[in-house]
Amino acid sequence: MSEIGKGRKGIEVSIAMADAVAQADVDVIAAYPITPQTHIVEHLADIVANGELDAEFVPVESEHSAMSVCCGSAAVGARTFTSTSSQGLALMSEIFIIAAAMRLPMVMALANRSLSSPLSIWNDHTDVMMVRDAGWIHFFVENGQEAYDGIFNAFRMSEDPGVMLPVAVNLDGFIMTHMVEPVEYVDGELIKKYLPEFKMKNALHPDNPVSMGCFAMPEIYTEAQMSREVGIKDAYPTIVKAWDEWGALTGRHYKPIETYRTDDADYCIITMGSFGETAMEVADMLREEGEKVGVVKIRLWRPFPMEEFRKSVLGKKYLIVLDRAISFGSQGGPVAMELRSALYGQKDAPVVVNYVAGLAGRDVSRKDFRNIILEGKKKAVSGHTDGFTLYGLRG
Amino acid sequence: MAKPIDEITWQELGIGAVVTEIGNSVQYKTGSWRSERPVVKKEHCIKCGVCWLFCPDMSIVQTPEGHFTANLEFCKGCGICAKECPVGCITMQGEEA
Ligand code: SF4
Ligand code: SF4
Repeated sequence: MSEIGKGRKGIEVSIAMADAVAQADVDVIAAYPITPQTHIVEHLADIVANGELDAEFVPVESEHSAMSVCCGSAAVGARTFTSTSSQGLALMSEIFIIAAAMRLPMVMALANRSLSSPLSIWNDHTDVMMVRDAGWIHFFVENGQEAYDGIFNAFRMSEDPGVMLPVAVNLDGFIMTHMVEPVEYVDGELIKKYLPEFKMKNALHPDNPVSMGCFAMPEIYTEAQMSREVGIKDAYPTIVKAWDEWGALTGRHYKPIETYRTDDADYCIITMGSFGETAMEVADMLREEGEKVGVVKIRLWRPFPMEEFRKSVLGKKYLIVLDRAISFGSQGGPVAMELRSALYGQKDAPVVVNYVAGLAGRDVSRKDFRNIILEGKKKAVSGHTDGFTLYGLRG
Repeated sequence: MAKPIDEITWQELGIGAVVTEIGNSVQYKTGSWRSERPVVKKEHCIKCGVCWLFCPDMSIVQTPEGHFTANLEFCKGCGICAKECPVGCITMQGEEA
């Protein structure tokens, strides 16, 4: 166990995340450096090289290999961590999907960044949306404390014998990875209480041979897919419990869907990731001007918290959904598509207006939020709700 | 496998479809994919084993008399054995539709 002490620190979010991984007493880290994830794995490499953490750090030659190593180490029952971003995720996507299908517990810090081309190193959600349907558990964090806490929460969820799924902790690249923020560290005692030893059922071992990732005939593939679908849906109560218990131990409470000033709101802005903090500030400003607007933040993306989402927007007239990616040739952003389908056919369902903004790190200021909320409201009132609007687009 | 593959329910599959029973791939019968089957004219066979060597599915087995013939539970009907047999004693015959 690493000697990283408890207490409040002003620290770069990437370093805090790496510290959390070390505190979680991880056994194997396999990663390839890619912007903006680099500081996370560099710091872990330091911790291991300095002898502060008894773990294998495997400096692989590509992300495809990183995920392959992670699958191998999880399969033998080792606590496993990796981190990537954008093109790295694209390169590892083949094995990334297999990790979920083979139900191999591991945790990834996914520093969200746009995909090429044009080549960009900055933030949006195009990378995570590419693997939306891979079967991983995905949640989003929106500040340094959540990123640090999220590592412990993710290991707890992932390794639960009833879950056995890889978990991605999504954090906006640069906007979060490179920020220096105050982070409250926990101590080893608390971690021990919260995070039991990882015991992999059917772990690879010569005494008890098993085969993983076998060939399946058409006669059995359908059943295997259903088993995955039920597996991730059934993970939901464990995910909620992992956050609840963390809340009880630390006083920091997390929910699949977070709401801010929604009780008496007529309408809401919906965000996922670091957009949430600005949205709350702007909601406060608009409240003073008499706008009855609230904020709904999606923390858990997969499995999607359908019922909680529906409850959170019950009775609202319209929702302005802010996406950070486009699903080309469709209705617009993946989040809005998800929410529209969650609401379809529901009684008195709110109208959804979709904006896509902040692509490749383009700044979305408080003024922009204000424009989006007020303009979106106008669109909703006038019935212009089809498709999506690319905010700030020239031409 | 306790049950034939087409009777196993999703609930009976292990997490991640892990296979805990070793060597059960022999129960994966791939013979139903075939549209043609190899038929050996025994009287012309020189027992050279070339068909056995070339079969990509290891579906050729040797009979007690030393001839070679296809195990139709696994033979996929690719026709490689018929093509490679040096004396041309294997012919491919259409399966009943
Ligand atoms: S037809 Fe193909 S699969 Fe069948 S026995 Fe001949 S070589 Fe093997
Ligand atoms: S290749 Fe032809 S001759 Fe040789 S063993 Fe096979 S069937 Fe007989």
